[in-house]
Amino acid sequence: MATISADNHGLRLATRYAVLVLIAIVFIFPLVFMLMSSLKPDQQLLQDTASLRAFLPVGDVSLRNYTAAFDRAPVALFIFNSVLVTGVTVVLSLLVCSMAAFAFVFIGWKGRDFLLTVILATLIVPFETIAIPLLLIASKLPWIGMDGLTWGWLNSYHVQIVPFIADGLTIFLFVQYFKDLPGELIEAARVEGATWPQIYRRIVMPLAGPVLATAAILKFLAMYNQYLWPLMVVQQEGYRPVMVGLQYFFQQNVAWGEVMAYLSMITVPVLAFYLYLQRAFIASIASTGVKG
Amino acid sequence: MAAITLTGLKKSYGNAHVIKGVDIAIEDGEFCVFVGPSGCGKSTLLRMIAGLEDITDGTLDIGGRVVNDLPPKDRGVAMVFQSYAIFPHMTVRENVAFGLTIAGDDKATKDAKVAEAARILQMEHLLDRRPSQLSGGQRQRVAIGRAIVRKPQVFLFDEPLSNLDAALRMDMRMEIGKLHKALGATMVYVTHDQVEAMTLADKIVVLKDGLVQQIGSPMDLYHNPANEFVAGFLGAPSMNFLEVEVVSANGDKAVVRNAALDPVEVPVRVGSAQPGQRARLGIRPQYLAPTPDTEPGQLHGTVMLTERLGSETVVEVQLRDKTPLIAALTRDAVFALGTPVNLGFDPAMTHLFAD
Repeated sequence: MATISADNHGLRLATRYAVLVLIAIVFIFPLVFMLMSSLKPDQQLLQDTASLRAFLPVGDVSLRNYTAAFDRAPVALFIFNSVLVTGVTVVLSLLVCSMAAFAFVFIGWKGRDFLLTVILATLIVPFETIAIPLLLIASKLPWIGMDGLTWGWLNSYHVQIVPFIADGLTIFLFVQYFKDLPGELIEAARVEGATWPQIYRRIVMPLAGPVLATAAILKFLAMYNQYLWPLMVVQQEGYRPVMVGLQYFFQQNVAWGEVMAYLSMITVPVLAFYLYLQRAFIASIASTGVKG
Repeated sequence: MAAITLTGLKKSYGNAHVIKGVDIAIEDGEFCVFVGPSGCGKSTLLRMIAGLEDITDGTLDIGGRVVNDLPPKDRGVAMVFQSYAIFPHMTVRENVAFGLTIAGDDKATKDAKVAEAARILQMEHLLDRRPSQLSGGQRQRVAIGRAIVRKPQVFLFDEPLSNLDAALRMDMRMEIGKLHKALGATMVYVTHDQVEAMTLADKIVVLKDGLVQQIGSPMDLYHNPANEFVAGFLGAPSMNFLEVEVVSANGDKAVVRNAALDPVEVPVRVGSAQPGQRARLGIRPQYLAPTPDTEPGQLHGTVMLTERLGSETVVEVQLRDKTPLIAALTRDAVFALGTPVNLGFDPAMTHLFAD
């Protein structure tokens, strides 16, 4: 019996790993293809796509595509712009949306269920449908910045940040998570004399690690991949983000090698952010240690 | 320290009336236990005192102040929850000091007060641990520590022992009793366990369906229950109730009988008995004893089940009229199943409910 069950166990394990390896291949090979192609001249790159050589650093391998990409577009500026816009939006979004969710879940006030329904209803509205009205509004809004009061938000960082700070999906994620926190923790804090801001800062947010990581990853990806909105509101190169910068490589003759080099470079911040948060995510679950 | 007065207190959720007008006076320094079955409103009442539930109607007075509209933090109360509600991301020390931190106490004051609370609860060695590293009983101590460290006027306990195993429950019950003696604070304690109510309380409030059934000292309620509900709720095993017929009545005495009970004169506790009326006779299992057939006023039945608990033997008897009866007999009482048995009792210790 013991041998049979051991064999079964081994077989199950092997199957499981086989499936995991397959899934990993599906996800990793496009990245490998991108990296390898970024090192090859266009002609070889296109020839290699017919064989497994596409995934190997073979043939005429060099960093020429990278230098060419830098010549063609201000890559560093675009990455800086995207990281800045994305970073600021993610931080502000986590703050604002978690506060909104906190008010929805823990504080009783008239009309909160209705308002939450309205906010959740915005989830089904595609951005494309509100893009034009949003553009019209943004083009007329006042802003107080370094140059004093100005009108119209176009060609700026804040036009890429402010409209995306509060969003239904992030609020929804926080609401769902907060609803699952034991209500007695909040009540205990209230009886101990804590005010709502203190409960938010000292009780709820320290326990919100997993949802913070999830919301941050989703928001980061959405912001970093922004294309339509910055294309509409930013005409000056100085504020342009990475995805719009991709246009520089799709002119008369597409330079695939340079495209791959550019993509490899702009993928680095995403992978770094993801890997960083993945560790924070696991750590936050391990430290919570909530046990019945 | 503070007295608590509830006057005409009501709580409704829409059309659901959970607390239907409750008047309770809890003296300064008293240990008051709210007891009742699930859904009787006892926890809601406690949460209203804490300020965690709004008061629909009536007044709540703590220490001479009407606190109806005050938030929990301004009521001078501390609360221990059923789930302990200790903060999982803080150490025991931070948990116990939480209220002091919020109040803005300096570190030296906090350390001294936490050390004092830890000493009282014998948990000095746990202060740097996290809640996930504690057992249920230890977590309960932390929750109590957090409550006592602020020296509140009133302590509120919401079924604090119901998540503990039986042995630990008894230990913690005794500790809470000692704590009350040591602190001399007003304590309000909610439980569905009548043993906790009987052992801890100076005053018991029995609740059912959002209404007070009776208020009094444990022994007063045990010996003089105001109605069948209170009589049946307090005491273990529960009081037996027999359907009887009133044969004759004479003021506060009545002679009753049924198919399994010889005619016997008993005191009328509730209502007034009329000859021919149906009534219910309550007899506590502890007041029954096997007797020879020759004595008057006996119950006749057959032994159905015997449970030997060591200190006593609990016997389930089926009476002649097929009603079941529980008798708690001395530990050496031995009966074979199916044996006919005659049980005698002191008529003065029975409760006739003739309402």
